[in-house]
Amino acid sequence: MAGSHVYTDYHPRWLRRQVSTYWWLEKRDYFAFILREATCLFVGWFVAYLLLMVKAVVGGVGSYQPFLDWSATPWVLTLNVVSFLFMIYHAITFFVAAPQAMVVHVGRRRVPGNLVLAGHYVAWAAVSVIVSWLLLGA
Amino acid sequence: MIKRHPEPLLWMLFSAGGVMSAMFMPILLLLFGVAFPLGWLAAPSHERMLLVLGNPLVGLVLFGLCALSLFHWAHRFRHTLYDGLQIKHLNEVIAVLTYGAAIVGSVAAAYLLWQIP
Amino acid sequence: MRDHITLQVARYRPEQESEITFDEHEVPCPKDWVVLDGLNHIKDHVDGTLSYRWSCRMGICGSCGMTVNGEPKLTCATFLADYAPGPVRVEPLRNFPVIRDLIVDIDDFMRKLARVKPWIVRQAEKPLAEGEYLQTPDELDEYKQFSMCINCMLCYAACPIYGLDPKFIGPAVIALAQRYNYDSRDEGSADRMTVLSEHEGIWGCTFVGECTKVCPKHVDPAGAIQRYKLTAALDSMKSFFLPRGA
Repeated sequence: MAGSHVYTDYHPRWLRRQVSTYWWLEKRDYFAFILREATCLFVGWFVAYLLLMVKAVVGGVGSYQPFLDWSATPWVLTLNVVSFLFMIYHAITFFVAAPQAMVVHVGRRRVPGNLVLAGHYVAWAAVSVIVSWLLLGA
Repeated sequence: MIKRHPEPLLWMLFSAGGVMSAMFMPILLLLFGVAFPLGWLAAPSHERMLLVLGNPLVGLVLFGLCALSLFHWAHRFRHTLYDGLQIKHLNEVIAVLTYGAAIVGSVAAAYLLWQIP
Repeated sequence: MRDHITLQVARYRPEQESEITFDEHEVPCPKDWVVLDGLNHIKDHVDGTLSYRWSCRMGICGSCGMTVNGEPKLTCATFLADYAPGPVRVEPLRNFPVIRDLIVDIDDFMRKLARVKPWIVRQAEKPLAEGEYLQTPDELDEYKQFSMCINCMLCYAACPIYGLDPKFIGPAVIALAQRYNYDSRDEGSADRMTVLSEHEGIWGCTFVGECTKVCPKHVDPAGAIQRYKLTAALDSMKSFFLPRGA
């Protein structure tokens, strides 16, 4: 039965309490949730930053070095430090949510949630090592 | 008959983007956003950057990272505006602006990465 | 330890007023008393007009859900001593219309629950002569957690999405749908998918996770919802690329 549903009967004497626009400030857990959602802003910022960097590399040494200098200016640096902290928060909250969202079966047995979580952290470490080696190593 | 709406696809893009950004961005942000500018580590030379970015696999992963992360941002931002600030009457406008920006950004990423020799 | 505690009880008398007011009462507070005991004390000895729902007083009927100091709780499972020195503020469950005092209307939930067919759906029933539907302990474990739901509505009170958009089908309904989806005896997943895949079905959820935190029976509705998102998304992709049930 699709279409709009009547969600409560109309009754003139029932009290309907409005949810405040600032509902997310009322409880610590709600605030932590909004903080987690806010990490997406910094994800978006960093995509822009990455693309600016690619553009600077494509433009040759003459544009690459100025980009590096620009990224060391106080505002950009502060923004990136804050972004890094939010990015860690995003990664941790995302990985912690994974076992709840993903129940993995091997044959008929369930893979314990801790293992799913550990797998994410291992992958995170591996990716970080590979990226570092690509950029810095050998 | 399920009335078609794009939420399932957008959610999958959001999830994929969440995983990609969670895996790759912390280290990239640490290096390019903090360590290199502060001089904790020497930034890679321009030559090395061209070498790394020029690798087709790297280019593909980077494109995937940028495009999916943009959709991750768009989906989460749209929902936060809807729920957090309750701007429901602007729902269609917000959807067009966010996913539109994600599409534009993905095209820009593809274009830029294509330019690398 | 003090032997009395102050209870601030919300009152709503629709014939007389249009807002909630608060009555304050001192109630005894032996260490084994719960908030429900305090309310019963008020009703029995002080003010018989106080109205509220309760039944089993042992956390299985789901009737006595209220907001205690801002948190959705079963009042039969919330000890007064934990709030010493008090006061303890008791209000009607959030996100539902208040009928009177601490009583809320939950018809919305009842209607939504019926829509997901919370029973074993079979294409064809086995004749009695063929015996019971057999199920192994492993098959039971797949859905047992979701079967623990006592319909207490604490999850709806905790969910900010439901508060902001009452069309959202809500945590308990989805968890109960999953209880049957994961039941090996059931064949009704497709029917439920029609309802759950709506815009205000599972897709309204942004995984705040509060529902799981407040659930007194550890059902984990948030987990049920996220797992179903993947199921529904994959099904949606399949039906898009391979229509006509290929």
